[in-house]
Amino acid sequence: MSSTLNLLIGAALGCNLLALASSRLPSMIRAAAIQGTLLGLAPLLMDHEVGWLVALVAAGTILVKGIVIPYLLLRALRAANIDREERPLLGFIPSLLLGAAATIGAVAAADALPLLPEHAASLIVPGAFATLVSGFLLLIGRAKAISQVCGYLLLENGIYLFGMLLITATPLIVEAGILLDLTVAVFVIGIIVDRIQRAFDTLDTTKMTSLRE
Amino acid sequence: MIPLLLIPVKLAAWLMLAPLLPGIINKVKAWVAGRRGPPLLQVYYDLARLWQKEVVLSNLASPGLIVGAAVAWVALVCAAVLLPLGPSDSAVGFSGDALLFIYLLALSRFFAAGAALEAGTAFGGMGAAREVSYAVLSEVAIIAALLTFALQSGSVSLNQMLAPSAGPGAVLLAGGLFTVLLAENCRVPFDDPNTHLELTMIHEAMILDHSGPPMAAALHGAAVKLLLFSVLLAQAILPLGELAWGRGLALLAGMVVVITVGVGLVESLLARLAFRRVPLLLTTAFLLCLFALLTAWKGTAS
Repeated sequence: MSSTLNLLIGAALGCNLLALASSRLPSMIRAAAIQGTLLGLAPLLMDHEVGWLVALVAAGTILVKGIVIPYLLLRALRAANIDREERPLLGFIPSLLLGAAATIGAVAAADALPLLPEHAASLIVPGAFATLVSGFLLLIGRAKAISQVCGYLLLENGIYLFGMLLITATPLIVEAGILLDLTVAVFVIGIIVDRIQRAFDTLDTTKMTSLRE
Repeated sequence: MIPLLLIPVKLAAWLMLAPLLPGIINKVKAWVAGRRGPPLLQVYYDLARLWQKEVVLSNLASPGLIVGAAVAWVALVCAAVLLPLGPSDSAVGFSGDALLFIYLLALSRFFAAGAALEAGTAFGGMGAAREVSYAVLSEVAIIAALLTFALQSGSVSLNQMLAPSAGPGAVLLAGGLFTVLLAENCRVPFDDPNTHLELTMIHEAMILDHSGPPMAAALHGAAVKLLLFSVLLAQAILPLGELAWGRGLALLAGMVVVITVGVGLVESLLARLAFRRVPLLLTTAFLLCLFALLTAWKGTAS
């Protein structure tokens, strides 16, 4: 059971690196969507019994992160008519290497943390750390608004993975609230992307550093 | 006595079988494209023809060109003999031969690049520069892969390192080492062996000034290198060292053919990458090997 979960989290970590290395925005969105779906499956593989609450959380997560959000983002991308990141602030190879270093560091550092014995062998904590750092790297290192949204999604996936440790203790309403917030945020960002595109003819957020009037 | 007798047999096997692989690749490519293609043994004919020709040297070239080509070839063959072949250990193996293996590959590259620079043409220099700059990344990946084997088996001898399979990291290692195989042997998507546009060539640009026997050595060396990496990859994935003799050798041969056909398919179906995209792919290969190392480390720690 635990090894299947670790395999799943390992695949999610692969999605991190895929998102960091991809120069095309659709593939980056797809990596974030696959990661969301994988992590949505994770609660079903935890060691405890699968109740209706856990199943509901999993279904909601897969629906929102795997289908709704990627659809919204791909639609915004079509409207803005771009699919390529021209000049990232942080190059693809440095961000890939930093992401890999973060993954290895997280796995090494998790041994030093005082975890519960039932969590010590699983990759949940290191996976959460590595996904958080990859999300931050995307947020810092990319210039296009859509890639920054992907960074935000990765960041959220990391937090979700952390929450997996407490899944039986968290009320359903909290999970539902988070998913709703996320959907609204991506929805709003989709509108903002459209506005930026109309005002500046580009999605490059570096142009938005100076204020006018 | 028997191990000593095996050395010449294995050496002969490496030397005689290696030129088959480029032939298989060409057959696969021709088959995908719907052509009949050159005969399977074409590389043998080419080698025989080149061996009989005289050496034409540029006025600028010193005998270093011939020496470089020869040393590069000998170093490659020595590295190949160090590898075990499935259940039969390499007869010359010793503790620490993994290090010698890496250094022999590097030595071969050094002399091949030196021979390419020898004639003083711009293309030779350009090809050598590209070869060496890609090697910086692919060599790190090979070292990471060998470290994985060393960690898993607790040994630094290739005989023990390659005997078991790579365990949970085998998929990662397979991806990483296959990419390295394509890069090291100058195959698509890193280099196109069919191209004759000097500006985009790597291996072909390096051997532009070779002729006659040195050219044969370069051609045969490339074939040995391809066989060497295929054998390494096959033994990394499958636990060939733990099988019986007949089955192990048959499985090894089958796996090498599968890998070669895979190279041919990649070559037919993919286009060559733009030069600036190559480091990203090689870094990915390195990371795959590195994560296999991480998996092995976690596996042995817990």
